[in-house]
Amino acid sequence: MPVESVFPQLEALLPLVTKPVQYVGGELNAVTKPWDSVSVHWALMYPDAYEVGVPNQGVQILYEVLNEHPDALAERTYAVWPDLERLMREHGVPQFTVDGHRPVGAFDLLGLSFSTELGYTNMLTALDLAGVPIHARDRDESHPVVVAGGHAAFNPEAIADFVDAAVLGDGEQAVLAITEIVRGWKSEGRPGGREELLLRLARTGGVYVPSFYDVDYLPDGRIQRVAPNRPGVPWRVAKHTVMDLDEWPYPKAPLVPLAESVHERMSVEIFRGCTRGCRFCQAGMITRPVRERSARTIAEMVDNGLAKTGYEEVGLLSLSSADHSEIAVIAKGLADRYEGTETGLSLPSTRVDAFNIELANELTRNGRRSGLTFAPEGGSERMRKVINKMVTEEDLIRTVATAYGNGWRQVKLYFMCGLPTETDDDVLQIAELASRVIETGRQVSGTKDIRCTVSIGGFVPKPHTPFQWAAQLDHETTDARLRKLRDAIRADRRYGKSIGFRYHDGRPGIVEGLLSRGDRRVGAVIEQVWRSGARFDGWSEHFSFDAWMAAAETAFAGQPVDVDWFTTRERDQAEVLPWDHLDSGLDKDWLWEDWQDALADVEVEDCRWSPCFDCGVCDQMGTEIQVGPSGSTLLGMPALPPRGAGLVASAADR
Amino acid sequence: MARQAPVRDVAPTVQRLRMRYAKRGRLRFTSTRDFQRALERALRRTGVPMAYSQGFNPHPRISYTNAAPTGTASEAEYVELAVTTELDPEAVRAALDAALPPGLDVLEVVAVRSPDFAERLEASVWVIELPGVGRETATAAVAAFLAAGDVPVQRLTKSGMRSFDARGPVVRLEVRPDAPGAEDADGAPCAILDLVVRHVTPSVRPDDVLAALRLVADLVPPVPSRVTRLAQGPLVADASVGAAMDAVTDPLAPDRG
Ligand code: B12
Ligand code: SF4
Repeated sequence: MPVESVFPQLEALLPLVTKPVQYVGGELNAVTKPWDSVSVHWALMYPDAYEVGVPNQGVQILYEVLNEHPDALAERTYAVWPDLERLMREHGVPQFTVDGHRPVGAFDLLGLSFSTELGYTNMLTALDLAGVPIHARDRDESHPVVVAGGHAAFNPEAIADFVDAAVLGDGEQAVLAITEIVRGWKSEGRPGGREELLLRLARTGGVYVPSFYDVDYLPDGRIQRVAPNRPGVPWRVAKHTVMDLDEWPYPKAPLVPLAESVHERMSVEIFRGCTRGCRFCQAGMITRPVRERSARTIAEMVDNGLAKTGYEEVGLLSLSSADHSEIAVIAKGLADRYEGTETGLSLPSTRVDAFNIELANELTRNGRRSGLTFAPEGGSERMRKVINKMVTEEDLIRTVATAYGNGWRQVKLYFMCGLPTETDDDVLQIAELASRVIETGRQVSGTKDIRCTVSIGGFVPKPHTPFQWAAQLDHETTDARLRKLRDAIRADRRYGKSIGFRYHDGRPGIVEGLLSRGDRRVGAVIEQVWRSGARFDGWSEHFSFDAWMAAAETAFAGQPVDVDWFTTRERDQAEVLPWDHLDSGLDKDWLWEDWQDALADVEVEDCRWSPCFDCGVCDQMGTEIQVGPSGSTLLGMPALPPRGAGLVASAADR
Repeated sequence: MARQAPVRDVAPTVQRLRMRYAKRGRLRFTSTRDFQRALERALRRTGVPMAYSQGFNPHPRISYTNAAPTGTASEAEYVELAVTTELDPEAVRAALDAALPPGLDVLEVVAVRSPDFAERLEASVWVIELPGVGRETATAAVAAFLAAGDVPVQRLTKSGMRSFDARGPVVRLEVRPDAPGAEDADGAPCAILDLVVRHVTPSVRPDDVLAALRLVADLVPPVPSRVTRLAQGPLVADASVGAAMDAVTDPLAPDRG
C-alpha cells in the first residue's frame, strides 16, 4: 500500500511559520526511495530543530547505510518548532519526514538519535504528532517500533516508558541487523505480533527492550535488582563496536541542506574512541577502544566529500583529533593538496600542547589565525589530577605563549565547575591563570591586542564514567562560585579587560543530571513536564527550570526519591545503578577504582602508549586498539581536477 | 604586529555571465541567503573557475539583484558571475542546472555584453493566486485599491519598520477573467491577480499590495496566497495595454547581441 506525501496539507501551513525552508527537504544527496520497493521502512529522527539535527553525522551515516540496503529505506524527521506544531495539530497534519514528507506513523521503525538528554520532550511531541501512543505499552502492530540510539542511549531508563528498544554504541552494523530481523518477521507474516518481534530483537543480546526487564526497588528508593522477565532475554545487553573504520567510510555522500545549519561545513571522522581517560567524559568512556581511520582513507573521504558537497570547509572530527597517530601526515598532506584553493581545514583543537598549535598553523597556512580553543577543564592543578586531565600550569602557559607567538590573537579556554572535591579556590584559580595567559601573551606577541576567553559550565556526572557515583553540585553553589569567578576576573585591573567570561548557569545542568542518571521513575517527570508544555529544552529561550521542578514535585509525590536524590546524592559502591545491566564493556570494579584514584588525586595513563590497564572493554567486547601509523600517505592520489574542465568555450564560440 | 591578509595571485576576471533562474514549488521557501549558499556550492562542485575577491576571507565574485522574497516563487531571478576563463554559457547553464536541486532551475546563461543591468530591471510582473477568494470580492477590492490616491502600508525592513505607499508604484493590478484555473482543484473559488509594479525603494512587494487590499477593502484571504514573479525587465512605453506579461521586455536582450 503506497504511503502518500502529506506535503500538500503541510504546504498551506508553511507561509505562516518561521523559516519554512527547514521543513521542505531538498537537501543535496538526499534519497527518496519508492515506498513499495522495499520491505523495511526506517524513519530517523534527531530530536532537535532541523538546523541542529541536519548536520549530525550519526544520522547521516545510518541514513546512507540503510538506503544502500536493497530492501530498506530511511527518511529523516526533526523536531518542529511550536508555531508549526500548533498549526499541525489544528489542521491534523502528522509528524512527517523531510525526504518524502511521509507520515512518521507509517514507518516500521522510528530510530531516534540522542546525543543529549535534552531532546526527550521533543521525542514525545513527535510521537504524539505522529499519532503514535507515547507509551510503548499502548502501541500495537500498526505502530513503528521506537528505537533510541546515540550516547544518551547508554542509560535509556528515563525514557523506558516511551521507547520500545535502545541500541548502545555504533549504529552501522546494528541497524542492518535490526533490519534483517524486521524483514524476516514481516515476510513470515508477522508471527506473534509486536511482542514476538521485540523478543527476536532482545534475544540477540544487542538490543535492549526495557519492557522485558523488571525493576524492583528497596524501601529507601534504591534499586534492588533489574531482571529479565521473558525466557531467552539476556541479563545484560552489550554495546556495538565497529572495527576497521576504513571499511565504513560513511557518509560517502554527505547531506547539504538548503537551510542554514549550526555546522556549515563538512565533517570527516578521523577516529572513534578515546583512551585519554578524562574521568568526566562519558563519550571517551563509552566509545573505547580507539579505532583510527588511515591517513589515506581520510584524505579520500575529504576529496570525495568536497566533490559531492561543494563545501568550503572540512572539519576533521573525533574526540581528540590531535591524538591521531598520523595527524601530522594528514594535516600537512591536506594542507599541501588544497593550497591555493579556497578550501579551509579545521581541527577542533582542545589538546593543550605545542604540537596542537603546529597543526593549527599548518591548517591555516594562508588563512586567518583568529582563535584557538583549549580545554584544561579543571581550574587548578589539583582538579586536573582529579579529572585525569594531565596538564600542568606550565604546559598551559607555554602552549598559549606559542599560540600568541604564532600570530593567534584569541585563545579560548574551557572549564567545568562543580567537579568532585572542588572548592571555591579551585575555580578562582582560573582568574589567576587567565591573567598569566594575557601577561605572557602580551610579552610574546608584543601587542595588547590579544584576548583570552574563559568559558565555563556546570559539570554533570554521567553513567558509565568513574564519576557516576559522584554528587552533582547543586545549582545555587555552582552559580555562586561562577559569580565569584566573574568578580575576580572583573577585579583584575591590569588584564581583566582582555579576558572574556562566558558561563552557563547551573539550573539546566540539574535537569540534565536528573535525566542522565535517572531511572524509570523519571519517565513520569518527562511526561508531566511535556504535558505542561516543555519543548526544546536544549534552548535557553524555551527551557523552564521551574516547569521541570514543578513536574518533578507532582511526579515524585509519595515516593522516597526527588530531584536531589537523583542529582546531588553521592552513591556508594554497593548501590545497583539503573544502567548496570547495560554493558559498555567497562568493568564496574575498574570504574570504582578509578573513582577512588580520582579522590586521591591519582592519575592514570593512556593505554595507547602505556600497557593496558584493564578497563575491561577490549576483553568484554572482543575489541582491540586500532591505531597507526598505518604508513599510508597521500602520495599517488589523483590530482584535483582542473577548474572549468568541460565548461570552456571552444574557439568557435568566441 | 598584526598579520596582513596574504596577497595572492588571484586570477583576473576575463568574462562575466548573467543568468536567469527560477525558484519553483517547495523551493520557493528558500531565502536569498539559502540560494546564495546553494549556488556557491554548486559552482564549486561544477568547477566553474570563479574570480575571487582579495583578503582574509576571499569570496567568489557574484552579484545578486533584486531577489524575490522568501515564500514567493519566481521565473525570473537574475545573478551575475565573474569567471577567470572564457566559458561556454550554455555548458555553464546545463552544469549548474544539474548541480542545483530541482526547483532551483537555471533557465538561461548569457555572456555579458552590456552594462547597467540593474537599471534595466525597471519593473516586475507578478501573479497572485488567492485560494478561497471569489472573483467578485477580488474585483471589488482591486477597484477600491486602484481608486485610492495612495495606500500607506508598513513593513519591517532591514532599516526597521517603514511606512510607504503601496499604490504609487503599481502600474497594473487586475483580476483575471474567468478562465480555467480560476477555481481550485476541489472547486473552491480562487481569484488570480495580475500585478505589474515599478521597482522603487523601499520596494513594493506582492505582500504589500495584499496588505493594501486588506486596508482599503478588508480583503483577508482565508489561506495564504501563492505568489509567482513571472518576469522582470524594462517597462514598455504603454504598460497598461495588452497582456500583463507584455508590460516588461527581456532584460537580457542587449546581451544576446
Ligand atoms: C560535531 C559535534 C557537535 C556539533 C554538531 C552537532 C550535531 N548536530 O551533530 C555542535 C557544535 C552543534 C554540537 C553541539 C553540542 N554538542 Co556536540 N559534538 C560534536 C562531535 C565533535 C562530533 C559528533 C559526531 O558527529 N560524532 C560522530 C557520529 C558518527 O557519532 P554519533 O552521532 O554518536 O552516532 C553513532 C552512534 O551513536 C550511533 N547512533 C546515533 N544515533 C543512533 C540512532 C539509532 C536508532 C541507532 C541504532 C544508533 C545511533 O550510530 C552512529 C554511528 O555509529 C562530538 C564528539 C564526538 N567525536 O562524537 C560532540 C558531542 C557529541 N557533543 C556533545 C555535547 C555535550 C554537545 C552539546 C550539548 C554542547 C552544549 N553544551 O551546547 C551541544 C548539543 C547540540 C544538540 N542539541 O544536539 C558531547 C556529548 C556528551 C556525551 N554524553 O557523550 C560530545 C560527545 C562531546 C564530548 N566529548 O563531550 N556538537
Ligand atoms: S581494555 Fe585496555 S587497551 Fe582496551 S581500552 Fe581499556 S585500557 Fe585500553
